[in-house]
Amino acid sequence: MERTEKAKSQNADNVLDHFNLFRQPQYLEMFEKKKCEFENPVPAEEVEKIREWTKSWEYREKNFAREAISINPSKACQPLGAIFAAVGFEGTLPFVHGSQGCVAYFRSHFSRHFKEPSSCVSSSMTEDAAVFGGLNNMIDGLANSFSLYKPKMIAVSTTCMAEVIGDDLNAFIKNARDKGSIPQDFDVPFAHTPSFVGSHITGYDNMMKGILSYFWDGKAGTVPPLERKPVDRINIIGGFDPYTVGNMRELKRMLSLMGVNYLILSDNSDVWDTPTDGTFRMYDGGTKLTEISDAIHSKATVSIQGFCTEKTISYINEKGQQTAVFHCPIGVRATDAFLMEISKLTGKPIPEELEKERGRLVDAIADSNAHIHGKRFALFGDPDMTLGLTGFLLELGAEPIHVLCTNGGKEWEEKAKTLLEASPFGKNGSVYAGKDLWHMRSLLFTEPVDFLIGNTYAKYLERDTGTPLIRIGFPIFDRHHHHRYPIWGYQGGLNVLVWILNKIFDEMDKNTIVPAKSDYSYDIIR
Amino acid sequence: MLLTVGKRRLPAKKTKRKKEVLVSGLRQIAFYGKGGIGKSTTSQNTLAALAEMGQRILIVGCDPKADSTRLILHSKAQDTILHLAAQAGSVEDLEIEDVMKIGYRNIRCVESGGPEPGVGCAGRGVITSINFLEENGAYEDIDYVSYDVLGDVVCGGFAMPIRENKAQEIYIVMSGEMMAMYAANNICKGILKYANSGGVRLGGLICNERKTDREYDLADALAKRLGSKLIHFVPRDNVVQHAELRRMTVIEYAPDCKQADEYRTLAKKIHENAGKGVIPKPVTMDELEDLLMEFGIMKKEDESLIGKAKVEEEAAVCV
Ligand SMILES: Nc1ncnc2c1ncn2[C@@H]1O[C@H](COP(=O)(O)OP(=O)(O)OP(=O)(O)O)[C@@H](O)[C@H]1O
Ligand code: SF4
Ligand code: SF4
Ligand SMILES: [Mg+2]
Repeated sequence: MERTEKAKSQNADNVLDHFNLFRQPQYLEMFEKKKCEFENPVPAEEVEKIREWTKSWEYREKNFAREAISINPSKACQPLGAIFAAVGFEGTLPFVHGSQGCVAYFRSHFSRHFKEPSSCVSSSMTEDAAVFGGLNNMIDGLANSFSLYKPKMIAVSTTCMAEVIGDDLNAFIKNARDKGSIPQDFDVPFAHTPSFVGSHITGYDNMMKGILSYFWDGKAGTVPPLERKPVDRINIIGGFDPYTVGNMRELKRMLSLMGVNYLILSDNSDVWDTPTDGTFRMYDGGTKLTEISDAIHSKATVSIQGFCTEKTISYINEKGQQTAVFHCPIGVRATDAFLMEISKLTGKPIPEELEKERGRLVDAIADSNAHIHGKRFALFGDPDMTLGLTGFLLELGAEPIHVLCTNGGKEWEEKAKTLLEASPFGKNGSVYAGKDLWHMRSLLFTEPVDFLIGNTYAKYLERDTGTPLIRIGFPIFDRHHHHRYPIWGYQGGLNVLVWILNKIFDEMDKNTIVPAKSDYSYDIIR
Repeated sequence: MLLTVGKRRLPAKKTKRKKEVLVSGLRQIAFYGKGGIGKSTTSQNTLAALAEMGQRILIVGCDPKADSTRLILHSKAQDTILHLAAQAGSVEDLEIEDVMKIGYRNIRCVESGGPEPGVGCAGRGVITSINFLEENGAYEDIDYVSYDVLGDVVCGGFAMPIRENKAQEIYIVMSGEMMAMYAANNICKGILKYANSGGVRLGGLICNERKTDREYDLADALAKRLGSKLIHFVPRDNVVQHAELRRMTVIEYAPDCKQADEYRTLAKKIHENAGKGVIPKPVTMDELEDLLMEFGIMKKEDESLIGKAKVEEEAAVCV
């Protein structure tokens, strides 16, 4: 068929990307036709009227009275967190007992965030397994995983499907062992991770506890339980952390500067940052399996993100260890508390280098204070992250107005409130536990703020409400390499400060961008 | 931000500690059996008798009907864990006091609850409830925890009480009816699945009389075939209904009647049966039919009988 030059949508000399391609008249025409003929459209004025109404206080009240539906909840499901914890151990293959689609989602989620391959297998339960139970899938799945991917350990979690029909991991794994799928002494810790309960941080907690209790309490009845003989060393658990690559390295640097004897439980900084040098590393780095056993003897365990480790920490506590719990320490005060606690636990003083770093962060904050002071923020994310960020914002003299956490409960709510109440900059702030991003939309329309902090999904809130977005959280799909930068410690505080400032200045520049009209000040300097 | 520091201090949140190593001496038992065979009635009466003996008891009803505790509580139906959780938002928002009621002789009662007939998944409800009870230390300071499970073991959810560290002894309620025996055998298959990898054992069979031919002998023989024993033969007695109408156990309603003593005997036998459970040896359908033939309840390989109505049969005999 002949087509005129104009009607052709593509031209070999100048291939249009889809961004521009679909703006060509022929496509616009096609979309319009499709809408009129097939979408049974409401008049544009009606759409506009409703859109305006959804921005009102009246709609906000209806929205907050919503009971039987979640719209854009900011949380993921348990097995995602279980996988996150599992890959932080040496040569460990996460194995999810259940349906395949879930695992495809977990893998793509991590790969899009870390820009790294994320290895994880599924027992691939289909309809027959849902009817007859997944025992055979476990038997074959473990055998295949063991022989194909040669892991040092397989960590099993579950999807909803296996949880609904009530597959018993303990019994299934024993059966698989007896059937010779895996050697008798091969390590297969496990955790039930029903996604109808909690979120990815619950899954992280369950898997972490599952791994520790497997190693400490006699490997599912195959060896005698370990007996604790305290040694002068501390364990560190990072929790579900989108900045794990940067944070773990920063953490190790700080602890080494202090000369602390430590063990990190689940260190996934290498497996999610493998070099391109011609070798594919399915596994890389991580906590050694022998170290998991050793960890019982440590004098104390420090959890950097307490809401990710509730069950794990009380389990460790019962073993007789001291424990200390933080909530994603960002900024000066939070880092101070963290380092002082480490110093108290280990008896090691905080070295001058770190004190200097602190001074530099304080200096940086002071340099930029004029721009941040009094700015109004909305933020959402995981419980620990939102507490950490709120604390830092208050420290900067910014005003956290809406603090929202879909997977936060009563305890989070109280902590967030206490945090706000303790600062004059928190007096206009409100906290929203268990709310979703559609609630956030109402908040942003009815009580606007200057900036929004959240993950990539907040992009739509930014477009919808016009609130500039500062990307901090999980997942970040549409910006690269943020996970390589720490947010913990004084260095981490500096990074977060810069991310916030960059957005503030970008907005300022946008506002002054018209030459000879809005650029009356000397915009080179901010 | 610092939450808690210190030796052996648990996080500020009320700790949801899982009792993995259960208090030694705690007897964990469960009643299984064909639907309507008398599990709830027999278990509540027996547990009431155990309470009379001074035992501290927790009943966990694993049936959406929530009728496992009504005779102990004198109530129509107890508020269930799942019902209360749905009201509160999630199971995590519940406290143990909200879901546990105290009944006759301080017997603690919990009903897991579940969906209306025809919708939802009851098995998941059982899993959720048992996890909740364990994590909240419901098993502290008791001598017996007893699970009353509905009908057959249809899925992993209803097998939850058989899993490791849950019930150690299963008591199967059955009768001389073929399908009750068939169900008993099926339940043994379920127990066997878990017995090899865990500690669950068959405590024994309880025959709840249905007044069928040679019922005692048959039940006794089946128990032996399964490698177990007939713990007790509970006679059928109308006083059970009289008590039931008043939402009471026979033990409480008519403590001096004969039936009450039957339940007391059963209670004593169960009490003395600690640690005597076995791994059952389920039989095939053919073997089960052979057993019925052996007792003359079914005629040997009489194909002519199968599918024949009684009148036809009698007519055939007359010829
Ligand atoms: N020994 C007995 N004598 C007379 N009636 C009895 C006896 N045992 C049970 N029943 C009657 O049988 C009926 C069914 O009993 P019950 O509800 O205990 O059965 P179940 O096995 O728990 O049923 P489901 O499987 O539906 O939970 C009750 O109404 C009860 O009164
Ligand atoms: S919520 Fe359940 S079904 Fe959905 S991805 Fe997670 S495990 Fe799979
Ligand atoms: S068979 Fe069990 S798992 Fe399946 S829907 Fe029914 S109760 Fe739920
Ligand atoms: Mg019943």
